[in-house]
Amino acid sequence: MTHKGPQNRVRSSIENFILHLHPMRIDKRAIKFTRTFGLGGISALLFVILFISGIILRFSYIPTVEHAYESIVELQNHSIFGQFIRNIHHLSGMLLVVVSFLHLIRVYYTQSIFQRRAKNWIYGLILLFLVLFSSFTGYLLPWDQLSFWAVTVITRVIEYFPFIGVHIAQYIRSGDVINGNTLLNFYNLHTGVIPLVFVVLMSIHFWLVRNAGGVALPKNEHKKRVNVLPNLVVKEMMVASIVIAIIFIVSVFYNAPLLDEANPLKSPNPTKAPWYFLGAQELLLHVHPIFSAVIIPIGIGVFFIYLPYFNYKDLNIGVWFNSEKGKSLVIQSALLSVAFTFILIYLFEHFLHFEIWLSTYPSWISTGVFPFLLYVLPVSAYLTLIYKKGKSSNTEVIMSLTTILVSSYITMLMISLLLRGKGMLLVF
Amino acid sequence: MNLNRRKFIKRLIAAVVSIEAFFLIKNGISTKTPLTEEEKLISVGNAELFMNNKTYPFVTNHFYLRRFKDGGFMAFSVKCTHLGCVVNINSNTGGFNCPCHASQFNEFGDVISSPATRPLDTYPIIVKNNELWVDITKATTRTTFDKSQLTYI
Repeated sequence: MTHKGPQNRVRSSIENFILHLHPMRIDKRAIKFTRTFGLGGISALLFVILFISGIILRFSYIPTVEHAYESIVELQNHSIFGQFIRNIHHLSGMLLVVVSFLHLIRVYYTQSIFQRRAKNWIYGLILLFLVLFSSFTGYLLPWDQLSFWAVTVITRVIEYFPFIGVHIAQYIRSGDVINGNTLLNFYNLHTGVIPLVFVVLMSIHFWLVRNAGGVALPKNEHKKRVNVLPNLVVKEMMVASIVIAIIFIVSVFYNAPLLDEANPLKSPNPTKAPWYFLGAQELLLHVHPIFSAVIIPIGIGVFFIYLPYFNYKDLNIGVWFNSEKGKSLVIQSALLSVAFTFILIYLFEHFLHFEIWLSTYPSWISTGVFPFLLYVLPVSAYLTLIYKKGKSSNTEVIMSLTTILVSSYITMLMISLLLRGKGMLLVF
Repeated sequence: MNLNRRKFIKRLIAAVVSIEAFFLIKNGISTKTPLTEEEKLISVGNAELFMNNKTYPFVTNHFYLRRFKDGGFMAFSVKCTHLGCVVNINSNTGGFNCPCHASQFNEFGDVISSPATRPLDTYPIIVKNNELWVDITKATTRTTFDKSQLTYI
């Protein structure tokens, strides 16, 4: 059912504003919910919720070592709806990480990152990085044992970067350990700089979507166009209402965590990084830092930035997984990758002790090169196999590789989140 | 390169502004208060007070002071070299254990169990008329223990 929309009357200012974001008329297939799942829109909505709830929290938060923790306890116990607002902010922040990641996955697998959209993919990656950065800077602000040690752990990971790592980490922390200056820096970044940059980059991101002709769709001779008002806008309102309702309901029952006040002299056991960085921390447990903190992150970063620019054959822009074959390959790669990563970690934990077997070699060979090859060689063999024997195009092979990398990270994250107990030992 | 007057002036302004911005950001964000002379050197007391083969915690100043069997001293940083947690003294072995990710160090700070990859950092010890002082301004990183790292009275 499609509505004709208001055609014979003057548009209201809200309608005019909406028509600056959206075109007048749009391909009917673009507004089907399962085309985009509304993920980009939900991210933007979450940003607005975070912005508003953040401003409210700003009125009662004091960014000093002496008062930060106290002010949050005060907010939770003595302000009307204080705990509720904090829960909303916490929950929306976590959701934003998840939803913007899913948005990236959706855009990638519907082949919507090529040609005119390549530039917007880069802006999207920068925005995802900003989401993680704002989440990370916000993590320190409650100044409890969870936040203090999670941030300690992550700033230490930066130190593994050769030559400049220590200086960058010291700069971020304003010293050797997390202190009052770190808190002030993080507070300013979290509540001032990052939101401002967000607004600018989001505007560019939206404009580039319009510029590329909206949501990527498969080629079709017979386009059926419908009015954006009300067909698309009604759906957007509906999704927004559902998301807001879910956040409100969950915020009533689920409280944002607050442990004891930060104690720089006592590390909790185990100490975990913020949950979205746990995959990286898991990697650091198994592979020498020169690989896990330098070579692998840079390699994967470059790969993701370069993704739209490979010389692809048979691109089907707007088609899920490029083709039916691509779809089955992605599912196969994801399942294999999860199983492979899990088995490899189990083996590293209990059977493969390279640092003992090869103790005569330097540690970057025994705990670096060998575990690295143990992952890279089977993956390369698998990709060669589907390229040569399976007669897949390079588009499908690169898509399989992306799937393998993403699935591996999620597997490591899940293992670290759910299966690591005291002393970071595996527990089932 | 075709550089005319306008281009030159534009680039000059850009360069001056970037340099100014760099210093503003550098000094504005990273406001490290420099330590006073008294804070740099931590007095730990008379050397005779410390027993051989024992570790003394000075956790608020971020170091452990250990006296070895032969009377030599070493000051270890409390920060685990893996991810910066505070290590605990293992009273059975005289070494150190990290509560966060289960790294273990022996009494000389060398790694006996990963994920840590290098020994605990040390701080220089200064002896002035039998009094011990620990210089906490800069931690020394090292690849392994050797005798020269010990300080004797």
